[in-house]
Amino acid sequence: MDTIINAEINSTMLLDDSMPILQVENVSAYYGAFRAVKDVNMNIPAKAVTAIIGPSGCGKSTLLRCFNRMHEVAHAARVEGKIMFDGNNIYSIGTDPVRIRCHIGMVFQKPNPFPTMSVLDNVVAGRRLSSLWTKRSEMEELAEKCLRQAALWDEVKDKLKQSGASLSGGQQQRLCIARALAVQPEIILMDEPCSALDPIATIKIEDLMRTLTEEYTIVVVTHNMQQAGRVSDMTAFMLMSDDRAGELIEYGTTQQVFTNPRDKRTEDYITGRFG
Amino acid sequence: MAGRALLPRKIINYFMLGVCALGAGIAIIVVCLMLGYILAKGLSFISLDFIISESVPAGYEGGGMRNEIIGTLILVVLGSLIAVPLGMLTGIFLSEFGSPKVAATVRFAADVLAGVPSIVVGVFAYIVIVSQYGYSAFSAGAALSIIMIPVVARTTEESMRLVPGSLREAALALGITRWRSVIFVAIPGALTGIVSGIMLGVARIAGETAPLLFTALGNNFSFEGLARPISALPLQIYNYALSSDKNWQEQAWAGAFLLVMIVLLISLAVRWMSRKGRA
Ligand SMILES: Nc1ncnc2c1ncn2[C@@H]1O[C@H](COP(=O)(O)OP(=O)(O)O)[C@@H](O)[C@H]1O
Ligand SMILES: [Mg+2]
Repeated sequence: MDTIINAEINSTMLLDDSMPILQVENVSAYYGAFRAVKDVNMNIPAKAVTAIIGPSGCGKSTLLRCFNRMHEVAHAARVEGKIMFDGNNIYSIGTDPVRIRCHIGMVFQKPNPFPTMSVLDNVVAGRRLSSLWTKRSEMEELAEKCLRQAALWDEVKDKLKQSGASLSGGQQQRLCIARALAVQPEIILMDEPCSALDPIATIKIEDLMRTLTEEYTIVVVTHNMQQAGRVSDMTAFMLMSDDRAGELIEYGTTQQVFTNPRDKRTEDYITGRFG
Repeated sequence: MAGRALLPRKIINYFMLGVCALGAGIAIIVVCLMLGYILAKGLSFISLDFIISESVPAGYEGGGMRNEIIGTLILVVLGSLIAVPLGMLTGIFLSEFGSPKVAATVRFAADVLAGVPSIVVGVFAYIVIVSQYGYSAFSAGAALSIIMIPVVARTTEESMRLVPGSLREAALALGITRWRSVIFVAIPGALTGIVSGIMLGVARIAGETAPLLFTALGNNFSFEGLARPISALPLQIYNYALSSDKNWQEQAWAGAFLLVMIVLLISLAVRWMSRKGRA
């Protein structure tokens, strides 16, 4: 009961009055018979960073993967509810998940560049592998543009022919961001993108998230509250309910959630009194 | 109290260790004896002449197995031409597309096929192909491919499975279709393993004799085309070893040496490749 009321209040608490880019309506996600995410409602604003926080196992990754139809890649996984993007439900019958993923990209927890491809080929992989023919000079231009956007160009401009796996962990993660950018998505989903990185590499990715909001919408899952506080405009707090399904407990501007949480459980979690 | 229980356990421990060591020792000794004997014996009879000249009738000196070497090469290529695409497709299907139930059935079929005695494969090829079209290089290549397909299929499947799921996810998340991600991400990632599997398959069929008895028949002349009988190393070794001609018997040893070297070199190359692939 409590959650539903909260979610309704929260959906009106956007940064400004513009249309949200993603409207999540009554979304539940299942692995077989197990419901991992229960009845989530939230509106994600465009060109901002939205953070999803919560203890591990509460369904953050699962919810994030619902946003670009990656959830259904897992065995026996399915989604209930609606997610409106550009005025269309991405779960409506006949919607091609492949097309959705071109508009809504994803960066994973562990950097996963293609080890059999060079740095350059990694960046343009999305483009090259989904079209029959690509012009080399165009691909090089695209790669440079995306590597610059990902703040990686200066570090790899002499290593474009090397394997993507030869870079450091932080560079690999920025390579993965560049690779996601090259598909020219509107939204980039990031699942704990810094959890495998050292503090300096983490700061670089966080800075990058901020600059990317000039053009892109970012939804980032993190279990690091300081990170959510540093980078996000909006914060969603999830928690596992008694039946082990993840619920959205509170959603609002980061400032409100961190300084004036409405739910006791959010406050406990933020102040570290959780458990 | 603890000491009493300890003693028998220790004895059992040493006993089991001894049994295992004995088993391993016997295996190694058998391999060394066999290889050593063939290599030592074959090495004394092999020569450049053996590789480049044709066979001579019984009672004559010299001669070699040029036709047989070429024949075996042709048969291996023929078998691979059929088995590599079919085996790879089967392996890719097993790891990527088959529903668990269908995949289990196909996998079982492949395992049974791998276990079928090669002489049965020869009889099968004889009934299906030879009885209608006569002895031919093609029928021999087909028989060998039946033996090679499960080897290639299973190694392809295993190495495709070793490609991390995170790479497939990365491809899908870029808006790449499933089958493109298989072709451009999963297969390149598994390539070393697939090539190893093909080479192991080649090593396996290069020395097969039984199916050739029913299909290739053998041929005393040089290659006459795919529709004609063809000579092959293992066939000639078989024939020469059973003969009473001393020169022929020596040539059989040289042939065995050559065959063992081919298989040994391929196995070493596979080991080297997979070690490099992992590094
Ligand atoms: N592929 C899967 N199959 C079955 N259950 C899964 C799978 N992935 C995650 N889960 C379960 O779903 C729940 C939520 O997981 P997840 O979304 O990864 O949590 P978080 O990202 O918040 O740590 C957990 O209970 C987890 O065990
Ligand atoms: Mg997670």
